Amino acid sequence: MTIQEKEREIIEEFAVFDDWMDKYAYLIELGTALPPLEEQYKTDENLIKGCQSRVWFHAELKEGRLWFSADSDAIITKGIAALLIRVFSGEKPPDIAAADLKFIDEIGLSQHLSPTRSNGLLSMVKQIKLYAIAFAAGS
Amino acid sequence: MFDVEKIRADFPILKREIYGKPLVYFDNGATSQRPARVIAKMDDYYLNWNANVHRGVHYLSNVCTDGNEEARRTVRDFIGAASEKEIIFTRGTTESINLVAYSFGERFIGKGDEILVTEMEHHADIVPWQMLCERKGAVLKVLPFTDEGVLNLEALDRLLTNRVKLVGVVHASNVLGTVNPVREIIEKAHAAGAKVLVDAAQSIAHTEIDVQALDCDFLAFSGHKIYGPTGVGVLYGKEALLEEIPPWQGGGEMIREVRFEKTTYNDLPFKFEAGTPDFIGIIGLGEALKYVGGIGLKAIGAYEGELLKYATGRLLEIPDFRIFGTAPEKSALISFQVGTIHPLDLGTLLDRMGIAIRTGQLCAEPIMQHYGVHGMARASFAMYNTREEIDIFCEAIRKTGALFEGGKA
Repeated sequence: MTIQEKEREIIEEFAVFDDWMDKYAYLIELGTALPPLEEQYKTDENLIKGCQSRVWFHAELKEGRLWFSADSDAIITKGIAALLIRVFSGEKPPDIAAADLKFIDEIGLSQHLSPTRSNGLLSMVKQIKLYAIAFAAGS
Repeated sequence: MFDVEKIRADFPILKREIYGKPLVYFDNGATSQRPARVIAKMDDYYLNWNANVHRGVHYLSNVCTDGNEEARRTVRDFIGAASEKEIIFTRGTTESINLVAYSFGERFIGKGDEILVTEMEHHADIVPWQMLCERKGAVLKVLPFTDEGVLNLEALDRLLTNRVKLVGVVHASNVLGTVNPVREIIEKAHAAGAKVLVDAAQSIAHTEIDVQALDCDFLAFSGHKIYGPTGVGVLYGKEALLEEIPPWQGGGEMIREVRFEKTTYNDLPFKFEAGTPDFIGIIGLGEALKYVGGIGLKAIGAYEGELLKYATGRLLEIPDFRIFGTAPEKSALISFQVGTIHPLDLGTLLDRMGIAIRTGQLCAEPIMQHYGVHGMARASFAMYNTREEIDIFCEAIRKTGALFEGGKA
């Protein structure tokens, strides 16, 4: 699946919720289900700056594709991280670097996108893209 | 007679809805709302009277100058200062403290001198002193507090050596709510030969302050936390001390004569007010203080005290509700955690229910370190908050808790 296809899938999933509380309940569910990051990867280097919660993103390149894992002490933040992992993991660095995310707006989470927002969705996306650019340059 | 419904009617913003829910504004510790008469006063000056102060010979300039100086006298009376020369307008508490850290520091702080702050200071009453210490080779000392959130006054006697030149103490903690015994601290500090700056940012809107009775050397507060505009604050300083310390920023208004060889400075309070002040903001602050004075801080304090008691009781009924700061003398705010729910998650969900609270490190990382937490949630009340709002808040927290328990592990 391409990044766009995965985004469309998420948008469809969220379309069934007409109540905001159900959306957050789903994010909490996703956050709870995301496997915890191995302790060795919870380093300052992987810590994303600009979040009120602590969020770590780890990236690994395998056969030309990037694989992400993440963790946070806030569950909603972790749920959002789970969605980002789903969209970006297994994709090629140049595709990740070039991606123009639509799903966050579409599922009604755009309030989390403003750069001043403390839960750092924008910082997470920025960090993912930085990893992609670094790996694209390195490969 | 304190009538909360009448007060609420003075604040247009309290009628609005957030995500279709009535706004419950519990972030007054960060900034309060403004009553319509403060906004109207400032609008009137912008629409009809605007001209720069202290310079013009013309009518409008005189009106604004009079308004600016009337506000200064209002502040003087509000905090019981001896003279309007002791009232310096700044951008806020932070700038007031930075001014003292610079000017007092230039005159009185040398290598090896000590500055004493408490463990419960806001960053604004820590960082300027650290910067001063770095400039002068001075040392920052810290007075600790107990887990209850009470300053350890026995340690104060030990820490107040003759090297301490200045004590910075918060009147009411923005995290713990503790109202500190500043009068006693000032007395002890003076006996040890130190001056005292009181950070009144969180107390100014909630309790009566008389700087002469306190005998503090400096006191700082912000306008926007007492129903006034943002970007305006006050530094009070004893006249003799303000005379003795050098100006901070240079520019217009603070000068007497400018020559390339040597410039002389203006008299107090203008010596510390370089550049065009936010005179319309200052006039708005004066209006806010008149409004608060009309209601009376005694009545406000009594009402908020009841509110705090009610909220504390109701919130403690919630399972795993933990309050940080349980000092007997406490201002109307509650910092807390609920079970293992991250404060950010809690704040995000409460927001969707129309409730505005603060979350995070609350500009007081040392307090977070004291309790070994990465953040807290904080509900801070104002005179316009009600028991009904606290009920809505408690119900919303229970709902949030249920949402997390419902999340599949």
